[in-house]
Amino acid sequence: MSILVFAEHDNSSLKQATLSVLAAAKEIGGDIDVLVAGENCGAVAEQAAKADGVNKVLVADNAAYGHFLGENLGELVAELGKNYSHILAAAGTTGKDFMPRVAALLDVAQISDIMGVVDADTFVRPIYAGNAIATVKSKDSTKVITVRPTAFDPVAAEAGSASVENLDVVKDAGLSSFVKEELAQSDRPDLASASIVISGGRGMQNGENFKMLEQVADLLGAAVGASRAAVDAGFVPNDMQVGQTGKIVAPQLYIAVGISGAIQHLAGMGDSKVIVAINKDEEAPIFQVADYGLVADLFEAIPQLEEELKKVL
Amino acid sequence: MKVLVAVKRVIDYNVKVRVKPDNSGVDLANVKMAMNPFCEIAVEEAVRLKEKGVASEIVVVSIGPKAAQEQIRTALALGADRGIHVETDQEVQSLEAAKLLKAVVEKEEPKLVILGKQSIDSDNNQTGQMLAALTGMPQGTFASEVVVEGEKVNVTREVDGGLMTVSLNLPAVVTTDLRLNEPRYASLPNIMKAKKKPLDATSPADLGVDISPRLETVKVEAPAARKAGIKVEDVAQLVDKLKNEAKVI
Repeated sequence: MSILVFAEHDNSSLKQATLSVLAAAKEIGGDIDVLVAGENCGAVAEQAAKADGVNKVLVADNAAYGHFLGENLGELVAELGKNYSHILAAAGTTGKDFMPRVAALLDVAQISDIMGVVDADTFVRPIYAGNAIATVKSKDSTKVITVRPTAFDPVAAEAGSASVENLDVVKDAGLSSFVKEELAQSDRPDLASASIVISGGRGMQNGENFKMLEQVADLLGAAVGASRAAVDAGFVPNDMQVGQTGKIVAPQLYIAVGISGAIQHLAGMGDSKVIVAINKDEEAPIFQVADYGLVADLFEAIPQLEEELKKVL
Repeated sequence: MKVLVAVKRVIDYNVKVRVKPDNSGVDLANVKMAMNPFCEIAVEEAVRLKEKGVASEIVVVSIGPKAAQEQIRTALALGADRGIHVETDQEVQSLEAAKLLKAVVEKEEPKLVILGKQSIDSDNNQTGQMLAALTGMPQGTFASEVVVEGEKVNVTREVDGGLMTVSLNLPAVVTTDLRLNEPRYASLPNIMKAKKKPLDATSPADLGVDISPRLETVKVEAPAARKAGIKVEDVAQLVDKLKNEAKVI
């Protein structure tokens, strides 16, 4: 078997999610090549070459891939993927965007968001917002798979020395172009891979009050997230949303503040190791999954939490 | 311009999902069904484009059993002009749904196809992108804003890092994210009027598409239940537990 792993990156550094996808590839077994497609992405290729278990790094460095447009990546990966039994990418917004195009161009099904590998043809994935877990077997010769990074422990980042090969294949479909992006700037850890996450919900009442969570987050080295209700209400931007249709997180510690715990939210954080819920409604469903529940007004509890943490950290 | 919207009949998002005791799937008997929430947003966006004078006709298509006509009628009540029902009682997976929609696109030749980004049953997030690839169209996935300008459409997308705007040549495929719009409710007069709007029936065989599934479901299980923990008295006890019991800070 031979596996092509699509590297997720921002043209300067490899995203940690890629190391988790490599872990899933190792469970499937076989030779693993990594594709780094981007623009001026040489540094990423060097990092990918050091990751554990990588046989070869393929680099497609061209302006056509600079913004990861799905039309261009779809054609590139479909062509390269013909030589592999499995094609894997992280189930982030990049992988979710272009991988179904790869599958369609290869006339195979895609297996989305896998959280387990049974064997080379059989995978485990959540359906119905994680309220059911399906085991599915593919009948296709090529398996196109997106991987839920939080379900696989990342491989070592500095363990190998794979060869790097530059590709001269350029796929520019000419159908789409990049206009602009507005990316959140934050010094805090990445939400999807942070070991501690503190999230706020509708109970926060406005965006200004999220500063209270940010102060606690900075004490803990945590990322700040939000429920869909808080994002829909305009308190915070969409990239902070945790849930079925937002980001999937599984930190060591998840602190839910003023979040009632709709199933769509639980789908995004239910695999966290320790869950803390702070909510003044003791009937809130979030308490049914919380390891530690505190029934309290968050506007009193969060400043106290900050003070108590300062004492012990 | 003509806009095609695809909608899916799924379990209502408020229903608590139960896995069948024989692990063959999820129990859908006597369960409330509804239009997939992301598809409602797709219909709403098409209706708004028509209200702005950008869209001239909205065609709504659904694939599924006879009962899926309820969801087509809902879309017609919300403002779509006519419906197409691709009737089948078989399971239709994403690639096969995309092939059926491709056949409809080739007949209808819409300038814009709008779909939900994912359905809340299979959570695949595939069909729109597959349709785009099969028809050679560009795609604006996870859209939070759609602006048609001449022969192009600008789509602002919700991506992991924030927002990204792309410009697509028409015809194009757009898949909706949650914040694209807030769908309206159908009024009673519009529900009555929708009953008289045209609804054509077709089938996978008529469209010449083999819908045999490529993925076999081996089993479906309930997720491991998470036990509720304890209630702490105050913040000091919480911090103590996190530090000394759970050892996570």
